[in-house]
Amino acid sequence: MSDQKVASSLKDIDSVRTMIKRAKFNDHLFGMIGLLCITLILITLLILFMDLVIDGFPQLTNWDFYSNFPSRRAARAGLLSALVGSSLVMLVTFVSAVPIGVGAAIYLEEYAPKNWFTEIIEVNVTNLAAVPSIIYGLLALGLFVYTFDFGNSILTAGLTLGLLILPIVIVATRESIRAIPVAIREAAYAVGATKGQVVGQHVVKYSAGGILTGVIIGMARAIGETAPVITIGALTFIAFLPEAPISTTPPFLNFEWLTSSFTVLPIQMFSWLSRPSSAFHVNAAAAGAIIILVTLLMNAVAIKMRYNIRKKIKWQ
Amino acid sequence: MQTKFIKALATAAVIAAAFGAQSSYAGQRVIKIDGSSTVYPISEAVAEEFQNETKTRVTVGISGTGGGFKKFCRGETDISDASRPIKQKEIDQCKAAGIQFIEIPVAFDALTVVINPKNDFAKTMTVADLKKIWEPAAQGKLKTWKSINPAWPDQKLALFGPGADSGTFDYFTEAVVGKSKSSRGDFTASEDDNVLVKGVAGDEGGLGYFGYAYYEENKDILTAVAVKKDAASKGVLPSKEAIEDGTYTPLARPIFIYVNATRAAFDPKLKAFVDYYLAKSKPLIEEVKYVPLPTSEQAAVVAHWKALKPGSGFGGKAQVGVKMSDILKNIK
Repeated sequence: MSDQKVASSLKDIDSVRTMIKRAKFNDHLFGMIGLLCITLILITLLILFMDLVIDGFPQLTNWDFYSNFPSRRAARAGLLSALVGSSLVMLVTFVSAVPIGVGAAIYLEEYAPKNWFTEIIEVNVTNLAAVPSIIYGLLALGLFVYTFDFGNSILTAGLTLGLLILPIVIVATRESIRAIPVAIREAAYAVGATKGQVVGQHVVKYSAGGILTGVIIGMARAIGETAPVITIGALTFIAFLPEAPISTTPPFLNFEWLTSSFTVLPIQMFSWLSRPSSAFHVNAAAAGAIIILVTLLMNAVAIKMRYNIRKKIKWQ
Repeated sequence: MQTKFIKALATAAVIAAAFGAQSSYAGQRVIKIDGSSTVYPISEAVAEEFQNETKTRVTVGISGTGGGFKKFCRGETDISDASRPIKQKEIDQCKAAGIQFIEIPVAFDALTVVINPKNDFAKTMTVADLKKIWEPAAQGKLKTWKSINPAWPDQKLALFGPGADSGTFDYFTEAVVGKSKSSRGDFTASEDDNVLVKGVAGDEGGLGYFGYAYYEENKDILTAVAVKKDAASKGVLPSKEAIEDGTYTPLARPIFIYVNATRAAFDPKLKAFVDYYLAKSKPLIEEVKYVPLPTSEQAAVVAHWKALKPGSGFGGKAQVGVKMSDILKNIK
């Protein structure tokens, strides 16, 4: 090898080295920017949450706050009717949105022919997810309250929020169905499974984690919604609970609670916030902290369940 | 599988037990109230006490005066809270649905004009000054305190007031400008009075108006303006006494409940509730910072309720500075 050649190849190696160095530096830089972004988001959330917790601390640590009805006296006012109202509304939302949403997604993904009509449906489902929630409230006021005559009831609120989260459930379900490897279906077909068996025993089963995440994220959105629930006529002062859905005497189940009037957490918070007395603002902060906590808890449950389901699935 | 089922059963039992305490209320008639957020604190207080004493269920919602009447005239509610008299359009709606109502003034609210505590020159203002500030002609033109009164400094004026859907807005414009809903549009409007409080408290040139309760709770960060009916009269600060002796005009406004007349006549529970409202609300009204009707007026209102006379004495529009007993006499 001539000296000239050695020199040029050394030069090449040097330039490659500096190139690698620069690329590594860029990698680090990008990583740092990403880290900065996530810390910024986390800090914002943390400050918001801590602010609410600190402001609402006297009430958050007061057991009566959770077991009292609303009252004109801030110290005696509690969240009970709102907690029960929100839970029952969420129950109706869950029962109405999940079967329809998951069913629709399975149909669109597995059975629907691909033509312009299903194309339009798909675009519209995605668009529905972006419709402002007040529009759902107005629709529900006309449809459920007046046309179907369900009144200002838990049933109306649950169905309204069900409609609201339907697109979220459908989109999430489709995404997770799509993530199932084609090999799984082919293997199932290869051993003679029918379409129903493939969908039921494999596709849906394996995508259950993703579906669940979508459902719970949808529910977490629904629990914080105020506008549509106010539109359909949720109350502010209600000092009794709906009939219990489950009773100790036959027939054990009772559906009277569906027609009961109600209030929900965000409305109670809003009403306390608009009071003149600053003592009520403590209650509002406490209610806000609880809404965030419930949302975080629901998300945590979703993550845990998805993890558990994924762990169970063995594809080897 | 079996443990899951047992877990579900256990959860169910816990929920059932939690609800169990409530079963004594089963299948009762519920008295439904909805409407103005201004009247809400009174109705809520009365509902709370009445439910504690009689175990009759009462619910109260906030849909605003107009929204409340919409529900009331559909027969969805028994009582409508209102921070202004019922309008002709609403009377017609009720009539079309075959719903008759009894008009009951329950208390007075002192609309309070407030300024920033640092403002020491405008502590007394005439109604004419207020009109000059708020009339539609002032829009975009009247921007400083100096242009209201040449003796005042050349400071920027920052206005805060309730939104156009509010009964407070309706009454203030009627009382000050002379025509309901006639106001300049270039002010910071909010349906949440706490936003107005923060606005005026945070701006040295701020001026705003809202119900007395919000001033009472924020006395340390706001100054109330003494209102002069005309240049010759004395400035009057909002207070219980000034409302009772009638000197706080024109900003003392009556607030009402409207009761479904047919149901009041045939439903003993609703009747008992309104009786209770009129008999026991005085301390509750004071507790939530409103002013009860003077004793003589209260007697006239009770007599009017006992006679179950339907209709409105206002002729479909707000009237400023009138006695409630005179208004009720208009109902034939």
